[in-house]
Amino acid sequence: MQKEQQQADKDSTDGTQRRDFLRKAGSYTVTSLSGAAMLLAKPNTAKATTKVTWEEHFQKNYRLMTDEEKQEAVDRLETRYSDEFGKKVTVGDTPAIDGVLFGYALNIQKCIGCRRCVKACVAENNQSRGNEQQIEWIRVLRMEKGNFTEEDRNENGYPEDYGIQVGGNAYKPVGVVLEGQHYYQPDKVPEKDAFYFPMQCMQCEKPPCVKVCPVRTTYRDPDGIVVIDYNWCIGCRMCIGACPYWARRFNWGEPNLPKEEMNPITHYLGNRPRMKGVVEKCTFCVQRTRKGRWTACVEACPVGARKLGNLLDPDSDIRKVLATKKVFRLRADLNTYPKFFYYMD
Amino acid sequence: MKSFFHFVIDFLRAGFTGGVLFWAWMLFLSFFIMLWGYGEYVQIANGMIVTGLNDQVSWGFYLANFVFMVGVAAAAVTVVFPAYVYHHKELHKIVVLGEMIAIAAVVMCMLFVVAHMGRPDRLWHIFPVIGIFNWPNAMLTWDVIVLSGYLVLNIVGGFYFLYKKYTGEEMNKVFYLSVVFIAIVWALSIHTVTAFLINTMPARPMWFHSMMPIKFITTAFAAGPSLIIIIFLLVRRFTPLKIADEAFHMLSQIVVWCLGIALFLTLSEIVTELYPSTEHSLGLQYLMFGYHGLNALVPFFWTAMVLMIGSFILLLIPRVRKNLAILPFICIAAFVGIWIEKGMGLMLPGVIPTPVGEFAEYVPSHIEFMVVGGVWAIGFFLLTFMLKGAVAVLLGDVRYQGASGQQSVAVTAEATS
Repeated sequence: MQKEQQQADKDSTDGTQRRDFLRKAGSYTVTSLSGAAMLLAKPNTAKATTKVTWEEHFQKNYRLMTDEEKQEAVDRLETRYSDEFGKKVTVGDTPAIDGVLFGYALNIQKCIGCRRCVKACVAENNQSRGNEQQIEWIRVLRMEKGNFTEEDRNENGYPEDYGIQVGGNAYKPVGVVLEGQHYYQPDKVPEKDAFYFPMQCMQCEKPPCVKVCPVRTTYRDPDGIVVIDYNWCIGCRMCIGACPYWARRFNWGEPNLPKEEMNPITHYLGNRPRMKGVVEKCTFCVQRTRKGRWTACVEACPVGARKLGNLLDPDSDIRKVLATKKVFRLRADLNTYPKFFYYMD
Repeated sequence: MKSFFHFVIDFLRAGFTGGVLFWAWMLFLSFFIMLWGYGEYVQIANGMIVTGLNDQVSWGFYLANFVFMVGVAAAAVTVVFPAYVYHHKELHKIVVLGEMIAIAAVVMCMLFVVAHMGRPDRLWHIFPVIGIFNWPNAMLTWDVIVLSGYLVLNIVGGFYFLYKKYTGEEMNKVFYLSVVFIAIVWALSIHTVTAFLINTMPARPMWFHSMMPIKFITTAFAAGPSLIIIIFLLVRRFTPLKIADEAFHMLSQIVVWCLGIALFLTLSEIVTELYPSTEHSLGLQYLMFGYHGLNALVPFFWTAMVLMIGSFILLLIPRVRKNLAILPFICIAAFVGIWIEKGMGLMLPGVIPTPVGEFAEYVPSHIEFMVVGGVWAIGFFLLTFMLKGAVAVLLGDVRYQGASGQQSVAVTAEATS
């Protein structure tokens, strides 16, 4: 769908692109190569500005900042975001709590595929939305129950009715053709012949994405959450290539985040508004969980299929799940040690 | 120091001296360079959304060309190695031209990487000291090291040789030869590391095999010398510089054997993947046969195969291989075949299907074509200029004549071009 939309968007904007970029060039706010001249102008930090300032452009990697520098960075962002979105925006910098290692468990037996978690996640985490660029951190795969039918035998294939595009000289739409697909649009869930398999960032203990990042902009915090400093990301997309769970999303264009829908309670490493050209992904709602709250998806799940907890706490939900349920992890063969567990009652 | 200053001036002058054909060629390239500027501007202003890339296929045309050009850059060693290790006399005379080709190719590589980046304005983040260099963990940082190192080695080696030729001084053999031999090993490293960049990701099973580095090197040493043969034939045609037939025979022999090994490796890969036909082979199946009607890559793959196998068989025949009237056409076929096979034919099936098994076809946007075409134009622009300068120095048309000699230098350069 994303692809379809982006394609559709591109098709529709191709004609107006020139005019579009000329217009944008005048009002462009984010520093870029072409904005180098603008950068040379004296920065004005006192005034609230939608512009990314010289200081923000040349700030250090978040992890290497001193406490003062972190405070400055946060202040700068709060001023800029508040001005941009016309409301008081806070940017948290709560560090990982000692003695906490977040783990997540999802009951695939209970999941009904309603995707309320997806919606709640988008509302909470300020992802880009709309036709131009729709970013979702959670993808719910629809799995065919009993994947053998008469047609399978006759036509020798997997379900292929759900397409993201008609490509090449395809005469029928083709989408996900392996175990499941995430573009299902039923009238009602759960469907009789399907079960559901949500996927998001697994917060691996040995994250391949972190290993391949050339500038260490993505890293694992001590509470086990893999975070990204959006201001340091160079957009090389090595991490997208390395992630076996397809959990990472890229801001192909300037994110579209309506002012009224913007969630003003943010975290530097979490749901603060992103810029174009950087990678983002699920952070277990770092802005909530580090303050003792549930993630948005846990709260939104109507059937209680989602559990979050402290893996180091023997009395936590997650530890109980691990101790008493049938648990598995996705692609365990890759030794990424996900802290996202699937289970059945 | 003064002579060096004169060298720079005279080299520039010689590089930009030429007849109508030369200027028409440079103007033609400039047109595409302007398109590159436009494409880059649109992309930087609007984001990567102007490309055909998306979350499903997030690596595409830019990286495909990058991988291929790293190979061409590395392939300069096919001139340098026989010249210095086997003391091939004829190649020895023109070894510096190979280094010029390497310089142009590495510059192109860097431009492709910048085009691929979502935030080129943050390029400095990857520079050691001022940025953060995730070395030795991130394979990309290794690539940065080997590519920039290779660029420096070739600039130093190539221009030191030309400079000494220009002034007529004795070369410092120890210095020069150490640069040359380091560059030979280094050339292998750039392509090996580029292979490691993509084959160390089990998330992408099509790339996840240990044959990648050797396959990269053999295809590079087939495509690279093919291009070098064509360029050398052009140099021989358009300048008085004499390049002996033996040089071409040597290079075409390298092409044929590397092409043969590359084809063998391709065959091994196909059998290994398709015999068990696990889901991990879906990328390759998609490339070769298409998948449920999605078959954008199929014609490209088979074209590449026909071109590679065809040129291999033709080159095996000594009479054909040694016929310099036919050779360039076979070289073009091999070059194009490998460009397809190792460019889009390698990049796309690696990311299609996605790790969750989704097939999304990718077609580069017109912006991507502009940028890629423009980078090629920049490469050829640079190469033409450097080759003209280098040939003038090799011929002795441009040489240091003391502070007063400038005038006559310009005149002789004019006369020869």
